[in-house]
Amino acid sequence: MKFGKMKPQRRNRLMIVGLLVGSVGSAVGLALMALNENINLFYSPAQIVQGEAPINTTIRAGGMVLDNSVERSKTDLRVNFVVSDMQGANVTISYVGILPDLFREGQGVIARGKLNDQGVFIAEEVLAKHDENYMPPEIAQTLAENQKKRTANFQGTQL
Amino acid sequence: MIVELGHFSLILALGLAFSLALLPTIGVYQRQPRLMEMAGSLSAGLFVFLLLSFVCLAYAFWTDDFSVAYVARNSNSALPLQYKMSAIWGAHEGSFLLWTLIMGGWTLAVSIFSQGLTLDMRARVLAILGALTIGFILFMLLTSNPFDRTLPVFPADGADLNPLLQDFGLIVHPPMLYMGYVGMAVPFAFAIATLTTGRLDAAWARWSRPWTNVAWAFLTVGITLGSWWAYYELGWGGWWFWDAVENASFMPWLIGTALVHSLAVTEKRGVFKSWTVLLAIFAFSFSLLGAFIVRSGVLTSVHAFAVDPERGMFILGFLILVIGGSLMLYAVKVSGIKSEAGFDWTSRETLVLVNNLLLVTATGAVLLGTLYPLIYEAMTDGKKISVGPPYFNAVFVPLMLLLFAAMAVSPTSRWKKTPLIFFTQQWKPVLASLLIVGALVWFLGSSFSGVVVLVDAVALWIVINLARDWWSKVANKAQKLPSLLRQTMSYYGMLLGHLGIAVALIGVCTTVYYTEEKDLRMAPGDVVSLAGYEFRFNEMRKVQGPNYVADQAEIEVLKDGVRQTLLFPEKRFYEAARNMMTEADIDPTLFRDLYVALGEPIDGTAWAVRVHYKPFVRWIWFGGLLIALGGFTTVLDRRYRAVKQARQASLTAGVTV
Repeated sequence: MKFGKMKPQRRNRLMIVGLLVGSVGSAVGLALMALNENINLFYSPAQIVQGEAPINTTIRAGGMVLDNSVERSKTDLRVNFVVSDMQGANVTISYVGILPDLFREGQGVIARGKLNDQGVFIAEEVLAKHDENYMPPEIAQTLAENQKKRTANFQGTQL
Repeated sequence: MIVELGHFSLILALGLAFSLALLPTIGVYQRQPRLMEMAGSLSAGLFVFLLLSFVCLAYAFWTDDFSVAYVARNSNSALPLQYKMSAIWGAHEGSFLLWTLIMGGWTLAVSIFSQGLTLDMRARVLAILGALTIGFILFMLLTSNPFDRTLPVFPADGADLNPLLQDFGLIVHPPMLYMGYVGMAVPFAFAIATLTTGRLDAAWARWSRPWTNVAWAFLTVGITLGSWWAYYELGWGGWWFWDAVENASFMPWLIGTALVHSLAVTEKRGVFKSWTVLLAIFAFSFSLLGAFIVRSGVLTSVHAFAVDPERGMFILGFLILVIGGSLMLYAVKVSGIKSEAGFDWTSRETLVLVNNLLLVTATGAVLLGTLYPLIYEAMTDGKKISVGPPYFNAVFVPLMLLLFAAMAVSPTSRWKKTPLIFFTQQWKPVLASLLIVGALVWFLGSSFSGVVVLVDAVALWIVINLARDWWSKVANKAQKLPSLLRQTMSYYGMLLGHLGIAVALIGVCTTVYYTEEKDLRMAPGDVVSLAGYEFRFNEMRKVQGPNYVADQAEIEVLKDGVRQTLLFPEKRFYEAARNMMTEADIDPTLFRDLYVALGEPIDGTAWAVRVHYKPFVRWIWFGGLLIALGGFTTVLDRRYRAVKQARQASLTAGVTV
């Protein structure tokens, strides 16, 4: 069917549909592009220790804050602390700024920032959760997997 | 005993909800007016028993009945009374009871104010609302009963309400938000009811419109309050974080905004009917999706409720049932719907279409960003990601600027066809806005920013066109004031709403670009200067609150050596829950906020302190409230009352004949 010979109504409709598909398509494309540039992957302490995490790329890391690991600077707001998967994998996080209210030793935190070449995680943002009973799914999963491994190991020694 | 009464009356309410869903429906299909008429009294009964249930839970909080698990988890004998009451909706179970009560309230309101509807239509609408209520009550009884007891062993005192929630903001924020979320069920019910009759006419839009506008206005108030609360209570000084839960409330608002506009066109011009129905379905579906996101814990969020997969599955099932069912109905019935009028591409109809397209696209983008962590995890075998604010800003901001440009020209447009010259003449107000804003930013701003000029000029352009349109209504009338009063309330609602957008836009842009903030270490005697103000840390002292102890700082604010104000930020320790909490102190004025929050004690007498200077930040919430006020105003329109009177007149006429 020739475009010019179509009924004007149908031609209008076709144009509108074409416009719609085009604009929605380009919007989705742009959104996906923006998305890929702005996602932050989560790495567990074990993955970071084993060198699986990229260096100088914005990622997220998290775990339990180790007891007695929080060190504060005497002159500014720099604070260093160690997050752990409670399985021996520890990562030092360095942060300049104000920590959230629920930040404390023995609690789960998630930090967003970059890993430097010394293996220290330079955080831009540290999150602790509002609800104390609430565990970020990432941390819950890491801990649960460790629990499973531990039980498996235990059964292994038994046999 | 009272608590069991509450539980029992919830079960009775379930029975009534079943009756409300079934009896009027049977009445409709068997044409039995008596069964259809029962919808009204069943709605009233449903509301009464939900209210009774709610009052019983309130009583348990009032009397510190810690044998009720929900009370024990969320209250404490030392908690001030107003927070004991707001603690009712401080966590999952109770907040869902409030949700359901509000659903009952909307249902009752529809049954009262729908006297003018045909008996058949009224029965259908109320039955659908009843059916939705079944789902809500079942959800509570099966997965999250606020009346569960922990007998025989129960704690001597409660674990206390989360301190962040012990605040005026939490007293009002959830009820307003739920009024909006649940209110979207009303246009949804109207849409479904109309689809089942197959008569999709302008009367449907006229009925649906005031309900939609009110629900949407409540949602606006709820979101605005939430943003304000986050700003002063979380101690970060931010007012929007693109958090999953914020997005959960924002998506129904965006769709609701599209719906409000498209309903207006459907009512006035009889076009976009099937599209409007689809929007009504989606507005409520997004409300449910929001409930799912907040209450299932599938997404990492700063304010997720305690998590229970069973709840998530229930809501997901309900969601699929509602969306799937209504879309199926839509697919079957929609082909019969015809538009009554055509329109040219330069018409106001086209502009509303552009508005709808942009809002729906924006919703899609927000949805994609919100759910992408789930999609990514499923696709990559468990890799966890988060999507940051840069994504949302990159996608959302350009779309909104396009939307605001369309909004700015909309008052000059005409229905059906607009002379092109109306649009081409717009270079005058655009140029004027750019020059005025440019000059203001040049002289008053601390630095010149092209983006601020551009965005604020769009806001001014909106205002200029609104003012010109308003003036044009009276310009050639002899009596100016009476003709202003003669304009419809819908028109004034539109003016207020669009003015609110302009105000909020100025607030957002100016705050984002001109905020100055410092996080630093301060000991008594230290001074920091920020944006021309000097903040002097005078001293720390201990303060005893009703259920907390606090370290309070005294911070003196000086400008040119003259004292402006004293600020007292606190770091509170809530004893029952052993929680620390930051209480920021703010000196608010129309054009700037000074915001001080305490971090943590560092050593000796030094503290981490956060100091902000936030220009125009109040405008964001003031704009939000104006938008909501616009929504409420449209309902006062004489048109909606006139319908009722006309119907009543015809009814009485029928009786006399």
